[in-house]
Amino acid sequence: MTPDILALLVEAAGVTAALGAVSIGAGLLLGFAVSAALLSRRRPLRGPARLFVSFFRGVPLLVQLLLIYNVLPAVGVVLPGIAAAALGLTLCTAAYQAENLRGGFLAVPPGLVEAAEVAGMSALQRFWRVRAPIAFKLTLPALVGEAIMVLKASSLVSVVGVVELTRTAQDIAASTYRPLPVYAAAGALYVAVDWTLAGAGAALERRLRWGAA
Amino acid sequence: MSFDPSFVLAQLPDVLAAAGVTAAIWAAGAVLGVALGFAVAAARRFGPRPVGLLLRLCVELLRGSPFLVQLFLLYYGGPYLGLSLDPVPAGLLALSVYGAAYYSEIFRGGFAAVPPGHVEAAACLGFTRAQALFRVELPEMAVLVMPALVNMTILLLKETAVLSIITVPELTLAVSAIGSATYRFVEALFLLALLYWGLVEGCGALGRLAEARLSRYRAAAA
Repeated sequence: MTPDILALLVEAAGVTAALGAVSIGAGLLLGFAVSAALLSRRRPLRGPARLFVSFFRGVPLLVQLLLIYNVLPAVGVVLPGIAAAALGLTLCTAAYQAENLRGGFLAVPPGLVEAAEVAGMSALQRFWRVRAPIAFKLTLPALVGEAIMVLKASSLVSVVGVVELTRTAQDIAASTYRPLPVYAAAGALYVAVDWTLAGAGAALERRLRWGAA
Repeated sequence: MSFDPSFVLAQLPDVLAAAGVTAAIWAAGAVLGVALGFAVAAARRFGPRPVGLLLRLCVELLRGSPFLVQLFLLYYGGPYLGLSLDPVPAGLLALSVYGAAYYSEIFRGGFAAVPPGHVEAAACLGFTRAQALFRVELPEMAVLVMPALVNMTILLLKETAVLSIITVPELTLAVSAIGSATYRFVEALFLLALLYWGLVEGCGALGRLAEARLSRYRAAAA
């Protein structure tokens, strides 16, 4: 395990972290939209949202990535590998985050929303000042867990040609014939990123710990 | 894009055979994973402290790193430690150990969630420690952990797709091979997605059935 091999791995971990960050952020936004649709009273919104969640949670990510990579060109959309990878991870995590957020919105105490209404807040104000922050706070532990899953799941995107941490480790293992230390180091890097993320999530949870609910 | 149903029908026998491999590896991996996971949880609860700490570290490492990396470590790194395995046994071993890490956390939570008062009550009624374990703690725990167990078992089914990367002849590998041989990726991959989707939703439905069946103990456990 020479320093330059380690440097290559750390650099590749940066690609993994960037891919993870983009997918988690975009997935959270999409997840908010899907959770709103899931909770909608309108059936034409609810049905497709349920189908979306069921499909992206019911099919292995590897298969989703293969589908995106092979099917989109067949309908005339050619994405570079990194975009296909980000799209696949985003869609997959959005389905999980939507379900988590749905639970969070349902767990917001109705009394707080009523109190906000009595205090004269508009529907929009109630959503952004009361429901969304509380739902986000309630869902935070699950979201951190999901973010860690996304980081680990990004190890699969080498099937669409993206050179991230796992793929870099594969290349180094193949050229040095030393798979044991290389894969162990790659695994340790994932663990380090995950633990950092989990620690940051726990710190954020402590900061957000206010009064009721 | 032209979707050809007759192509799908023609491939069905090969695909179903590969689906059998997936199902067998999944079932074996889940059973071994649950057994190992339970043993780890029990050792962490009842065993000596250093063993518990060591197991905790192993669980954290297994849960913190991707399954694919663990699989590569075992399959490509194993031979350097004298552990040369064929793809199927290597895949099964990796899947079981990976699953065991998650299952053990589920069982740990289950042990912790049984109210201590129930165990004390059993002791007051003259139950031995073993009787209290088998008649009170474990049944109550089974109810509490069932949803999480089903969830994890479904996740494990989806992880079996990753085994295609080390050439385990399961569903994803078989269907990808059909795609490459015929250039009909669209049909092949849609069929693949539908099969997994059906398996996962079917497993979820069975899990809800099992939960409903166990719910008669729920009042006691809650």
